[in-house]
Amino acid sequence: MSEEKKGFFGRLVAGLTKTRETIVSGIDSIFSGFSSIDEDFYEEIEEILIMGDLGVNATEQIIETLKAKVKEKKIKEPSDCKQLLIDSIKEQMQVEEAAYRFEEELSVVLVIGVNGVGKTTTVGKLAGKLKSQGKKVVIAAADTFRAAAGEQLLEWANRAGVEMIGGQEGADPASVIYDAISAAKSRKADVLLCDTAGRLHNKKNLMEELKKINRIIDKEFSQAYRETLVVLDGTTGQNALSQARQFGEVADLTGIVLTKMDGTAKGGIAVAIQSELSIPVKYIGVGETIDDLQKFDANDYVNALFDVKEDREGA
Amino acid sequence: MAFENLSEKLQNVFKNLRSKGRLTEEDVKAALKEVKMALLEADVNFKVVKQFIKTVQERAIGQDVMNGLNPGQMVIKIVNEEMIALMGSETTEIALKPGSEVTVIMMAGLQGAGKTTTTAKIAGKLKQKGKKPLLAACDVYRPAAIDQLKINGEKQGVEVFSMGDKQNPVDIAKGAVEHAKKNGYNVVIIDTAGRLHIDEDMMAELAAIKEQVEVHQTILVVDSMTGQDAVNVANLFQEKIGIDGVVLTKLDGDTRGGAALSIRAVTGRPILYIGMGEKLSDLEQFYPDRMASRILGMGDVLTMIEKAQEAIDEDEARKLEQKMKKAEFDFEDYLSSMGQMKKMGGLTSIMGMMPGLSGMKMPEIDEAQAEKGMKRTESIIYSMTPEERRNPSLLNPSRKKRIADGAGVDIAEVNRLVKQFEQARKMMKQIPGMMGGKRGKKGRFNLPF
Repeated sequence: MSEEKKGFFGRLVAGLTKTRETIVSGIDSIFSGFSSIDEDFYEEIEEILIMGDLGVNATEQIIETLKAKVKEKKIKEPSDCKQLLIDSIKEQMQVEEAAYRFEEELSVVLVIGVNGVGKTTTVGKLAGKLKSQGKKVVIAAADTFRAAAGEQLLEWANRAGVEMIGGQEGADPASVIYDAISAAKSRKADVLLCDTAGRLHNKKNLMEELKKINRIIDKEFSQAYRETLVVLDGTTGQNALSQARQFGEVADLTGIVLTKMDGTAKGGIAVAIQSELSIPVKYIGVGETIDDLQKFDANDYVNALFDVKEDREGA
Repeated sequence: MAFENLSEKLQNVFKNLRSKGRLTEEDVKAALKEVKMALLEADVNFKVVKQFIKTVQERAIGQDVMNGLNPGQMVIKIVNEEMIALMGSETTEIALKPGSEVTVIMMAGLQGAGKTTTTAKIAGKLKQKGKKPLLAACDVYRPAAIDQLKINGEKQGVEVFSMGDKQNPVDIAKGAVEHAKKNGYNVVIIDTAGRLHIDEDMMAELAAIKEQVEVHQTILVVDSMTGQDAVNVANLFQEKIGIDGVVLTKLDGDTRGGAALSIRAVTGRPILYIGMGEKLSDLEQFYPDRMASRILGMGDVLTMIEKAQEAIDEDEARKLEQKMKKAEFDFEDYLSSMGQMKKMGGLTSIMGMMPGLSGMKMPEIDEAQAEKGMKRTESIIYSMTPEERRNPSLLNPSRKKRIADGAGVDIAEVNRLVKQFEQARKMMKQIPGMMGGKRGKKGRFNLPF
């Protein structure tokens, strides 16, 4: 497939096209189909947000906020509600300015998540991005469980042109991390990216293994800034909350990478997680090429979600 | 945890629905509102939920509440039955050609659903059944996908047919089928690359494989954690290439797996297997009834109700309840309640049916050990005179010694049992409400949920 260079917004819009079609056609008919703001009206909004995987709780919160504002500002027109709704979600999804500090200093980025969400791909893409910014990157291939995971990552490392430290299948992942830290130090790398094996968050022994990896990084590389990204599949439903919650118990999560956002999934779970756990989405994956990992922009994201066409700026 | 939340919620609603003989519209709507939320939290697609709730509502309103159930349980019973019906009522196997005829199976799905792992797992299963499977490595896109399949195939002792990553997947599939025919393989499983259902080119590739190789079974692999989007995925795969069956992966996580219901509703195709772990042996048969209770999050509460209904003699239960309330519960009652418990399938079986406990593995409870303990308790009680059983306060040290000798246990064990018994009696006095008898119909022995 010939993928032209698109700006972030264009890419996101392309990825979110289907998203918008479903969510927005619903929204538009709501905002135009009702003549007054009543319970039925709110119920319809609720349905649409739930269809977007925002989840029951986040949806209820959003509606409550919306109701309060409508009352406060004495809004009578359903159409005026739209901007309010968009604004409140935007506000909620805003990423702090300091969110990407790890790109600026000596840092270790630990990438974790359940099976099949796209951790290895994310590490590969991230390596490419950092490398193109002129950083010296080392990758640790600590997924020693899945067959050929190391080979997969090596392919990405080669594409990005960075060095990878790996181990045999079945090797202790913590020892791979240990070796990678030594390598990163001796090569004076700016960023050490650690890929890990996919693990379901309810598997105790695998989560213990993650704790061990975490401890080793703290102990052996204490001078490095810590960034811990949990990768969530954008097509995942409410279970993503449980994932974020339980990975958060074994490692201090500093951000979320939301992958597979180029399909028809609405990725609304990001709003739910932000709302319930206050973990910001930092990156969004919208395709399979190395350029398809983008910084998350709340404005663009919500605009694209609700098909707001003004202030379209490429990045 | 998700499981507990739902059960608690439903129970709270159903508390308000007790002591009525027939399901009124109001009752049903109140109950179904919670069921609806529960299903949405379980990621069942909104439209599927809406349709489902409508069906149940029509069926439930005006129904007589079955003898022995409260209205809330009655609604759940109907909900459960409808879900099982929707899920396909029975287990289905992959249809294979007889003897040496070659069956061609094609795997399809989104990225990261678990196709490659599932492919190898299915091969291993078929090999166990005496088939001779061949795996075809047609994922030429994802780096190292072919290596992954090769390693997994090796672990299963199944050969992998590969032509590297420079060939067209259609040609590889053709080559594999030819290779199979020449070399006496009777099943070919084609592993394909993960793809988005809206990616026209990639979907066309699958259609081309199907067109140029005679594919007998197309299996869609879906991550059980998928959200509302599951309907779009299933719909497009069905529409563009046509599917014959579904494998749901990653069900060893804590997802409620509502996607199963959505996919089934959209495609009408059976769910064949569920992935229950990373080991290649962790591919299990799909049971619609188990999936229904998982999505609903009620454990196997209904099964428990049914079993309890069969097992517990009403009069006996009423007497027992009265005795418990007055703390007149004696060793005779202890014996008979133990007997009832056995009829219901033993301690672990009952715990497994409890909502919130069912999903968990319970290493703490060693079933054999627990049953053994119950046997010993039984033999101690049998060593008492009827008089002593009815009036435990008679038990002085010399009587206890005699009982210990009779049961072949140490006197300390008799002491422990008597002590536990006294404690249990005290507890029952404190919480008569737990037995629920007051509100249940005819003072029946209601279970505490």
